[in-house]
Amino acid sequence: MTKTILTVDDSRTMRDMLLLTLSDAGYRVIQAEDGVHGLEVLAGETPDVIVTDINMPRLDGFGFIEKVRHDANYRAVPILVLTTESDAEKKDRARRAGATGWIVKPFDPTKLVAAVRRVAA
Amino acid sequence: MDAMAAIKQTFFQECEEQLAELESGLLAMEGGDSDSETVNAVFRAVHSVKGGAGAFSLDDLVRFAHVFETALDHVRAGKLEPTPDVLKVLLRAADVLADLVRAARDGGSVDESRSQKLADELRALNPGAAAEPEDDLSGLEFQPVHATFDFDDDEPPPAPSDNVFTIKFKPKPSLYAKANETALILRELGELGHTETSCDISDLPLLSELDPEGAYLAWTIRLTTPQNEDAVRDVFDFVSWDCDLEIINESAPPGPGGGSLDDELAALLASVQSPEVDAPEMPEAAPEPMAPKTFAPSVVEPVERAPQAKPAAAAAKSGGEAEAKAAPTIRVDLDRVDRLIDLVGELVINQAMLAQRVTEAGVARASSIVIGLDELEQLTREIQDSVMAIRAQPVKSVFQRMPRLVRELAAMTGKSVRLISEGEGTEVDKTVIERLTDPLTHMIRNAIDHGLEKPETRLAAGKPEEGTVRLSALHRSGRIVIEISDDGAGINRPRVKQIAIDKGLIPADAQLTDEEIDNLIFLPGFSTASEISDISGRGVGMDVVKRSIQALGGRISISSRPGKGSTFTMSLPLTLAVLDGMVVTVADQTLIVPLTAIVETLQPKSGEVHGMGGTARVISIRNKFTPLIDIGRELGYRSGATDPLASVVILVETEGGGRSAFLVDAIQGQRQVVIKSLEANYRHVPGIAAATILGDGRVALILDVDAVLANTQADTPQGVSEAA
Repeated sequence: MTKTILTVDDSRTMRDMLLLTLSDAGYRVIQAEDGVHGLEVLAGETPDVIVTDINMPRLDGFGFIEKVRHDANYRAVPILVLTTESDAEKKDRARRAGATGWIVKPFDPTKLVAAVRRVAA
Repeated sequence: MDAMAAIKQTFFQECEEQLAELESGLLAMEGGDSDSETVNAVFRAVHSVKGGAGAFSLDDLVRFAHVFETALDHVRAGKLEPTPDVLKVLLRAADVLADLVRAARDGGSVDESRSQKLADELRALNPGAAAEPEDDLSGLEFQPVHATFDFDDDEPPPAPSDNVFTIKFKPKPSLYAKANETALILRELGELGHTETSCDISDLPLLSELDPEGAYLAWTIRLTTPQNEDAVRDVFDFVSWDCDLEIINESAPPGPGGGSLDDELAALLASVQSPEVDAPEMPEAAPEPMAPKTFAPSVVEPVERAPQAKPAAAAAKSGGEAEAKAAPTIRVDLDRVDRLIDLVGELVINQAMLAQRVTEAGVARASSIVIGLDELEQLTREIQDSVMAIRAQPVKSVFQRMPRLVRELAAMTGKSVRLISEGEGTEVDKTVIERLTDPLTHMIRNAIDHGLEKPETRLAAGKPEEGTVRLSALHRSGRIVIEISDDGAGINRPRVKQIAIDKGLIPADAQLTDEEIDNLIFLPGFSTASEISDISGRGVGMDVVKRSIQALGGRISISSRPGKGSTFTMSLPLTLAVLDGMVVTVADQTLIVPLTAIVETLQPKSGEVHGMGGTARVISIRNKFTPLIDIGRELGYRSGATDPLASVVILVETEGGGRSAFLVDAIQGQRQVVIKSLEANYRHVPGIAAATILGDGRVALILDVDAVLANTQADTPQGVSEAA
């Protein structure tokens, strides 16, 4: 069955790249523009994996992850954090917020798909 | 790769938006806005540019953006106080970033030393500066950093012979709470090579005591792989905090293939076993057999990869839907919109023709056909308005280029300048906006270079040291009015007059009003390279500004007060496609007078019209004399004088506020007309702005009120309009 991936990113460029890369890999991609929008999209969808940016308006990645993890319906959905920061601090914070893993931007398609595969059952 | 090229284009578009956001955010901060959301937005803008730039390997851009971002991050974290000095650096950094983006987009080059200098300045801002020369490289790191383990980066490439690892792995409950999954990790290990896995269930409690979210299982995996330890650790990258993990490299000194017999046996076993894709479903839920279990190596081909094309298309579609839901905007080719506008224009003309036919057929006014036609007319107009609204854009896109210009000019002239923008959200047709940039740029240059005084002069004149340039836009009676004002010295009238005399533009003994002197600067040939500085220069004079504004159907006027400053006012049509006009008859010709110029219409009575010597006449309207211009004669439709008493007078007002009375034969009515360019289809005709097609299919000319007035002013005695 085709897996569905929700991407949450405020950058149109990133959304386009994620869409292109993930749909080329055969995933169904749904997209949101920030954390608040991501939660709205989740109300009508149950993605297999969520890929989210950290720096976003309205609700950032950390807040979004916490909210998802507190929702009984989605707490088991793997969440990958998309971040340009490769330092341990950002990762650690994302991890403590409940992120499953991370992808360091800029990503190449193989790396992104590999990361998604790593967490997608 | 087409898709990537398209995304790159999107990236540059987005960059422009982010740069605008960045600049307005920084300006807001400069103005005292300390809202954390503003700082965050500024940070995000640079961050986004950096992220995208990285994806396209625009290294110069990434490097600079990273340094910039680091500084902003300190501001965001409260470690760096956004003082005016700091903000100045940040604003200039924003300019450099914009240059780098454009250089990356257009393939140009940038002033390397300038960006280097600013990068250094930015670094100097950082608390605990100096010690981070490596800082700008970390952003370029493509590999995830393995933060938890100290690893020797200089490790030799993987030995050709297989390594054997014994991995002891005990997940903690937190691993599952983050939606990680033991089965997936085991699957991934299996992809590295050959695995023998055993599960220790000794910690598993009785069912009654079992916490469904607990973690009770421990795993021991024996992995034979050509990969090195790094690759193995990488598998546990996401979970290394949430498990007890021990990885022992049994073949550490490149051993003799670590028990190849065992391996072969295991491989044999594996091949006998059916490939289990999702072998252990929920390791902690169901007790696993204690016996070693082999995972089929590398059989876990992703199911979702199989049929490529179809799901991709479906995904793209659903992605598109999500996109539509996300943003209430769509991007449409301008060509399509323009085609729609053309079609609606034709529709308007067609509807007018239809109405005329119906009238000619003598259909009763109250008949349902006429009522239906009225409704059609209303609908057509609404459609037209809506279509025009598609092309309308806020002037922000032009206005936001100005702060940078002002900063640069201020630096160049050594003047201190504050730019105040107002009405950035005012909307006007896209074409108008595009063609506004150059005139506006030029006028702002003039305001700072010629208008504002040097700081010491200002102080001496009792003015604040900092000069103010105000740029504002607003809608007024169906047009957009843009004003550029400065609080400088105002126009130096004696000097302007002298220059005009020296250049032979006016006779030496000309008697001019202040307003007329001010308007001299719009004369072609007034400004030449000899007396303009490098800043206002570039070979463009105010005459060019005036012409380009007029080409847009706009007008420009100036008002200046010595010592107080000057104000340039431009008034432009909101759209270049339609116009509300009064349809008039002059010498059997049908003309359109733009409604925006008309103040009132009246029927002259005897005694109100006075001769002024020659052919000039004035009309007294409410005790004020106004020059009377016979349009038929002005445009050369007839040579003799018309009887004013048998004609209609249309009182028009120019942008400069001057009034004039046009004499026409009769008024037919008022109508919205579709503007068809005369210049594009025929050639420029003095006094005529454009043409349109009437309901009966005939072409009617649209009068250019200001041009007619300018024409006549040459042969009308000066100062008549001033007479009271």
